[in-house]
Amino acid sequence: MKDKDNPMLEVRDLKVSYGAIRALLGISLKVTRGEIVCVIGANGAGKSTLMKAIMGEVKRESGEILFEGKPLPPIPYEVVSLGISLVPEGRRVFANLTVYENLLMGAFPRKDRENIKSDLEWVYSLFPRLKERNNQYAGTLSGGEQQMLSIARGLMSRPKILLLDEPSLGLAPLLVKEIFKELKRINQEGVTILLVEQNAKQALNISHRGYVLQTGRIVLEGSSRELLEKEEVVRSYLGETKASREDLKDRTR
Amino acid sequence: MPTYIEGIIILTCINSIAAMGVSLLTGFTGIFTLGNAAYMAIGAYTTAILTMKHNLHWLPSVILGGLLAMAIAYLIGIPTLKLMGDYFAIASIGLGETVRLIIENWEPVTRGARGFPGIDSFTTLPVALTFFIILTWITFNLIKSNYGRAFKACRDDYLAASLLGFNTAKYRILSLSISALYCGIAGGLFAGFMTFLQPTMFDLQKSTELTAVVVFGGLGSLSGTILGTTIITLIIELFRPISQYRMLIYGAALVLVMIFRPEGLMGEKEILSLIRGMGRRGEHGRPT
Repeated sequence: MKDKDNPMLEVRDLKVSYGAIRALLGISLKVTRGEIVCVIGANGAGKSTLMKAIMGEVKRESGEILFEGKPLPPIPYEVVSLGISLVPEGRRVFANLTVYENLLMGAFPRKDRENIKSDLEWVYSLFPRLKERNNQYAGTLSGGEQQMLSIARGLMSRPKILLLDEPSLGLAPLLVKEIFKELKRINQEGVTILLVEQNAKQALNISHRGYVLQTGRIVLEGSSRELLEKEEVVRSYLGETKASREDLKDRTR
Repeated sequence: MPTYIEGIIILTCINSIAAMGVSLLTGFTGIFTLGNAAYMAIGAYTTAILTMKHNLHWLPSVILGGLLAMAIAYLIGIPTLKLMGDYFAIASIGLGETVRLIIENWEPVTRGARGFPGIDSFTTLPVALTFFIILTWITFNLIKSNYGRAFKACRDDYLAASLLGFNTAKYRILSLSISALYCGIAGGLFAGFMTFLQPTMFDLQKSTELTAVVVFGGLGSLSGTILGTTIITLIIELFRPISQYRMLIYGAALVLVMIFRPEGLMGEKEILSLIRGMGRRGEHGRPT
């Protein structure tokens, strides 16, 4: 048995560059079992890069990523098989496959094929609308439904931790609320969640703890309640401070 | 020797087998190739050499030819399938030409540009049809299986598939290997049909033709591929008497399809699902 206080996912001093552009300048964060943790920040702060680095989709320059105490291999399919699943930015459902087929694709790498049926029922209970649209091509769904499908597809690999990259992107405020409500429910059913979001208010409302990412650095961290009250949070997620503009200049070597 | 009409049917079967291989790779996995004639050449020459020089029965020879093509595709796939999009197509042209040039210059084994004559005429109508039916049945089941969906997932969104835990490289290589197996078998049957082989039979034009019929029939539709191959083979053969014009007609047919059905004859649908869909049309639209 693992100690409950041990972090499930730990990122230590992670640095990532795209050529001359340094995207992450040394990030450290922890996610404990059962938590919802959010990383908020403006465009270009490095949120998606962080997600991709955890999944092994971009190369890490230095730093460590530990999952359940062991270093995470930088190979996406191995990361998934360990129990991490990413719901990618912009949904990325398979437009030419049906809803049902998309969900099966999410369960594809699993070895325990006999449990897939009950998990299908589980995601249908979370998102009943997907059941109605079961045989429809994913490309014909609305934006909100595609986001639900993308989340459900991510859950079909039965992850221990679900990573979400901007689930609110391009959705109407009412839908954003609905999706976030479901995320909270998914968390209550035992899935740890790491969420990166531009929509700081919504993200902080459902999460336990939060980190504020600004131009490749974590500038603030704390419980979500605390962060919601801090004035700097408002400034940094809007990304309009003078400091952030100068920082951006510094980062191009 | 088969009669003329039988010959056309046999040729259609052989071309369909090769085109199904390309269809799996290009239509279902989204990897454009302009070098699959190389795998046909490998299958054809292996069959010819095994039957003529080593007195092996034609059936194991054809299968060994297919397997050799598959093995070579696997080895080639490991480095080249890291190339995305059009870059793989360019690399495949290089591969196709390399194989052709090796055959042309390896005279002690392949007899080079003079050609390889006197192969047994084993590809009769029943043989060609049997191979065609078995391989078609296998392919239809393959694309309906989890593997087929995995191929389509890699085609539709490579990154998303990778993030869902697919070893995408594995599926791309698998698709290329199966495609080479089909082309290799088609090549072996081709050797037994023509009874004479020449390196120029497997040049870039043949590779282009294979990809063209797949696009013509509709990317992502297996019945479209077979229909497309049949039509193109018929056009080329039936207009042989007016041979000056037949390439013109072939070209015109391709251009007409591009203008009136840019998604190919069948789009992404299969014939069976179209017939079944007649009664309940409009229930589910295709994304555009």
